Amino acid sequence: MNPLVPMIASTVVAATPLIYAALGETVVERSGVLNLGIEGMMLIGAVSGFAATRASGSDTVGFLAAASAGMALSLVFGFLTLNLQTNQVATGLALTLFGIGLSAFVGHDLAGLPVDRLEPIHIPLLTAIPVVGDLLFHYDIMVYLSVVLYLAVLWFLSKSRMGLTLRAIGESPHVAHAIGKPVLTTRYLAVLFGGAMAGIAGAYLSLVQTPMWVEGMSAGKGWIALALVVFGTWKPTRVVIGAYLFGGVTQFQLFAQGFGLPVPTEFLSMLPYAATIIVLVIICRDPKTILLNQPASLGHSFHSAA
Amino acid sequence: MFRLERRATPSSTMSIVSPLLAASAMLITGFLLFSFLGKDPIEAFYLFFIKPLSSTYGIGELLLKTTPLLLCGLGLALGFRANVWNIGAEGQLTMGAIAGGGVALWFGESDSSLAMPLMLLAGILGGMAWAAIPAFLRTRFNTNEILVTLMLVYISQLVLSWLVHGPWRDPQGQNYPQSQGFGDAETMDVLISGTRVTWGIVYALGLAIIAWVFSQKTFAGFRMQVAGLAPAAAAYAGFSEKRNIWIALLLCGGAAGLAGICEVAGPIGRMQQEISPGYGFAAIIVAWIGRLHPIGVIFGALLMSLLYLGGESAQMGMGLPSAITGLFQGLLLFYLLAADLFITFRLKRVVAAPENKTPQMATKLEKAA
Repeated sequence: MNPLVPMIASTVVAATPLIYAALGETVVERSGVLNLGIEGMMLIGAVSGFAATRASGSDTVGFLAAASAGMALSLVFGFLTLNLQTNQVATGLALTLFGIGLSAFVGHDLAGLPVDRLEPIHIPLLTAIPVVGDLLFHYDIMVYLSVVLYLAVLWFLSKSRMGLTLRAIGESPHVAHAIGKPVLTTRYLAVLFGGAMAGIAGAYLSLVQTPMWVEGMSAGKGWIALALVVFGTWKPTRVVIGAYLFGGVTQFQLFAQGFGLPVPTEFLSMLPYAATIIVLVIICRDPKTILLNQPASLGHSFHSAA
Repeated sequence: MFRLERRATPSSTMSIVSPLLAASAMLITGFLLFSFLGKDPIEAFYLFFIKPLSSTYGIGELLLKTTPLLLCGLGLALGFRANVWNIGAEGQLTMGAIAGGGVALWFGESDSSLAMPLMLLAGILGGMAWAAIPAFLRTRFNTNEILVTLMLVYISQLVLSWLVHGPWRDPQGQNYPQSQGFGDAETMDVLISGTRVTWGIVYALGLAIIAWVFSQKTFAGFRMQVAGLAPAAAAYAGFSEKRNIWIALLLCGGAAGLAGICEVAGPIGRMQQEISPGYGFAAIIVAWIGRLHPIGVIFGALLMSLLYLGGESAQMGMGLPSAITGLFQGLLLFYLLAADLFITFRLKRVVAAPENKTPQMATKLEKAA
């Protein structure tokens, strides 16, 4: 078999959780809300998806439980930032710290237990095609759903009326409110959607990538997803491209370790984090890029009487 | 019915009452949680909050854990006040430990009286250098410091891991990923005999006073406060945003670096893989509970330190996972942010409209309400 095929295949698997989390956050940020709690919601998603799958034996139940758990946490975030108008940065940090603590607490007895990995689907004929079959038709269902999610988010933000409303609210909530758009409801829905996606991203880690629960297993992937939204200048297509690039970087280090590159493994493991910084520098270098693309009200509270 | 009404001026009483409210809410949640888990809540509370403090050794442990939390919390509070979101104190702490620990290992078993001052200095400079990266990237390339400081946490931990697995590994250490122990001159003196608390707590308390003077009594501190409270006013007054960012990050990096070297040269006594159970992150909560005020941060650090000790004590006494500490920390910050609402808003009782009004009048009143 061509050695590139498994490399590309594992890149796709590495990129998938980033796609879910980053696309969710893209929608949240386009509505003007900055949720820094992705890491915490991913961990909660990972542990609850794992627990639900173990209890029920069904991956579907696992992913649904993960999405609900992510939504439950994001609801807390929504209540604090949208109703009580707390500082979004601080609340997001609180959500991450809380998620790390809660997931470790809940998952204390689950560490080290096995779970059946979500298997790749088998499409008659297509999977059997040499090379192409392995490259395109040999993934688990969540990979294909991530493509569906991308198309849906793309359509929603650029073509749908609700997407236009959401973007208007992200740019200027006061103007949107003045012409009768439901600012809080829209932002709530966006935050819940982001929570569900982060939960699913977490469950993908504990059910597909490494089918087990390990404390703090997201290892910064939630923060990388946040960086991807900036990297993609809040545009779904670029966010997805960024996720695949990062998946590639993560896999490159594993392959480099496998090939016995004379570099300590720790330095190879730094690559995704270092790449995040470099990429951010490249994108943010020109202040205009951020100014023109970042939703204008991002991170600001909205109070209708103000 | 009650309704929220914006206060004319933020309430300074509420900003002190709010952490107490949050702590009470956390205790109530803890009570419910312990009951739900089938543990006796009174016994759990005793293990969590009383037992750790019931001996001199316990008080020493409290102060020992307060040291890094206070040092990092002071630096973070300074930055948060100026709208500089450094959340990577954990990484700056790690780098301080690496730089200072490197000096300690270089001195080896030497009795030189220069060793400790140089270690402390190296620790401070190590943390500063690590914080200089996000400062440079933010001021020169407009790069968000939240993400950069956080990524640098992971990188610093990998650097430490490489050092203790590779160049610094003790040849006689049975392959454990740790260095050989520091010499006597490279270990900090114990402050109170019978405990493990070192001079670090004195440095930290001293720094709290310096930080108070800096933020309340100097022009540089004033500029940073204005930049945080009213960025537009700061820009109009010609206060340099870049200078604020550099000051905030370098000071926090230095304080966190000092925390790091105080840990490895104090209770740990060698370089090893794990040097902090998330002090740098918990310090974010410390800064918030302390109202971003240097003196308040002391109380925040004491409370957070007690949560760490209580978690350990509850783990040993009741078999509760020590992760419960992280859970309580997160809850506390949530409750605090919610309670802070009452600093700028107050609950106002809304008197129902009298019923003998005409229907139109009543609807108008309802609308107005």
